[in-house]
Amino acid sequence: MINLKNRACIAGIGETRYVRKPGSGLSQLALQLQAAKNAIADAGLSPKQVDGIMPFPNLGHAEEFAANLGIENLRFAATVNTGGAAPVASLRIAAMAVCTGAADAVLIPAGWNGYSGSRARETVSEDVSSLPGGVIARDYYLPFGLTAPPQWYSLMARRHMHEFGTTAEQLGAIAVAMRKHAQLNPNAVMYGKPLSLSDYMASPMITDPYRLFDCCLETDGAAAVVVTTAERALDLAKPQVTILGVASGQPYPADEITNRKDIFQTGLSIAAPEAFAAAGVEPRDIDFAEIYDCFTFEVLQQLEEAGFCERGEGGEFVQSGRIELGGMLPVNTHGGLLSEAHVLGMNHIVEAVKQLRGDAGERQVEDAELGVVTGWGDFGDGSIAVLGAGG
Amino acid sequence: MADYSKPLPVLEGLTEEFYGWCRKGELRFQRCTECSAWRHVPREMCPECGSTDWDWQKSSGRGVVFTWTVAARPLHPAFAGAAPYAPVVVEMEEGVRVLSEVIDCPPGDLAIDMPVEVVFDAVTPDVTLPKFKRIHR
Repeated sequence: MINLKNRACIAGIGETRYVRKPGSGLSQLALQLQAAKNAIADAGLSPKQVDGIMPFPNLGHAEEFAANLGIENLRFAATVNTGGAAPVASLRIAAMAVCTGAADAVLIPAGWNGYSGSRARETVSEDVSSLPGGVIARDYYLPFGLTAPPQWYSLMARRHMHEFGTTAEQLGAIAVAMRKHAQLNPNAVMYGKPLSLSDYMASPMITDPYRLFDCCLETDGAAAVVVTTAERALDLAKPQVTILGVASGQPYPADEITNRKDIFQTGLSIAAPEAFAAAGVEPRDIDFAEIYDCFTFEVLQQLEEAGFCERGEGGEFVQSGRIELGGMLPVNTHGGLLSEAHVLGMNHIVEAVKQLRGDAGERQVEDAELGVVTGWGDFGDGSIAVLGAGG
Repeated sequence: MADYSKPLPVLEGLTEEFYGWCRKGELRFQRCTECSAWRHVPREMCPECGSTDWDWQKSSGRGVVFTWTVAARPLHPAFAGAAPYAPVVVEMEEGVRVLSEVIDCPPGDLAIDMPVEVVFDAVTPDVTLPKFKRIHR
């Protein structure tokens, strides 16, 4: 396998404000264009120097991004159809594209009006049937009332609790840590709204074992990154953040969540060893991790499947401040989808870049040199990037 | 029946065949004629051996609760009046798992490995859903 280590990097990042009420006031496209424009400018590029675009599945077409941004030389356009795993999986495809010369600079945008537009929670038959495995969900899950992501994944959470004794307090420790980090992030929707473990325990059940505060936010917002070669980035505006290893994977079967021989296996179980091997580092070398936190248990599960701890030990791992700033492995230093905003995980990549540039302000991880970002989508598709500071 | 408003499977292809058996009061799964592996949900090929030859074989109808969730806040308009209710994954004696519900068990009484057996709920003239009830031993 050809190793792309140190050959591609994230040269630019961009974000919008992350809001709930009264909503962004912008269209989904306008919101993403704002983040895209910021990312291109942050890289020190002009839109005419961008020649690749990788939109998020079902949130826009490369053609309309190009037409609005003035990208005249679009020669690489692709979308990875893995839901919330797509942004990190797109880093991988973008790295391959720039390293092979298929593109010079690839824009990866994501964003939506997840609060004021159609809400993540309002899954209806037509929505699910457009997902990979959606026809199975329509014909075999929906008639029985299994209709939405928190319900799908809570099936795994309960089984984990049964097999390993994982507790509600342990899931709560994840929600509390993310919220604590959001108190250091003025763009976080939950900035100024601390959460205690007793607040968590008192929050209403959504789909037992998931309480309200196990579930990510619904927000309006967009974020974007620009990927180019390490060589090219030397001449650009910002300190380099290098892609050391990046991989994607799928659980088996990926289109059906109940009949996996190994019910805890996810795409990340396959992707993580590849990404760490390519980067030539071990999970214990990592300074911080931005883990796709659609729900608390998925953080615990991904920490296990990525190899930060053994399977079954995630519950203990997330307690005692270990995943908080100052702990052994700070997780979701921006607050994550749980407490910053649900920007489809693109905000996780943006945060990792800030940390590795030393631009994270009050929430800066000291001497951050190696960071991990993961993505999780659909019925457990996974992606992971190991990113490094400097060239 | 006419006012049944919850989502229904789209009766096409193998899904039409699966629910067709349910309508006749039989729970059947595909079983590979080559390697004898059972499978669910319906697939065109046997993922174990690659064979495209299979039969619909009758299940014992018995299984155990593998996992479940309790929908306290409905996340789909058709289930607005149904909460709290529990989608349950049943592991059948044949080894395949089925997402369904246990009709005679309040969500709070569900337990992993609880024995259950299939019952049939004709929710519309065309669609019969396989559901489960407890086996009391």
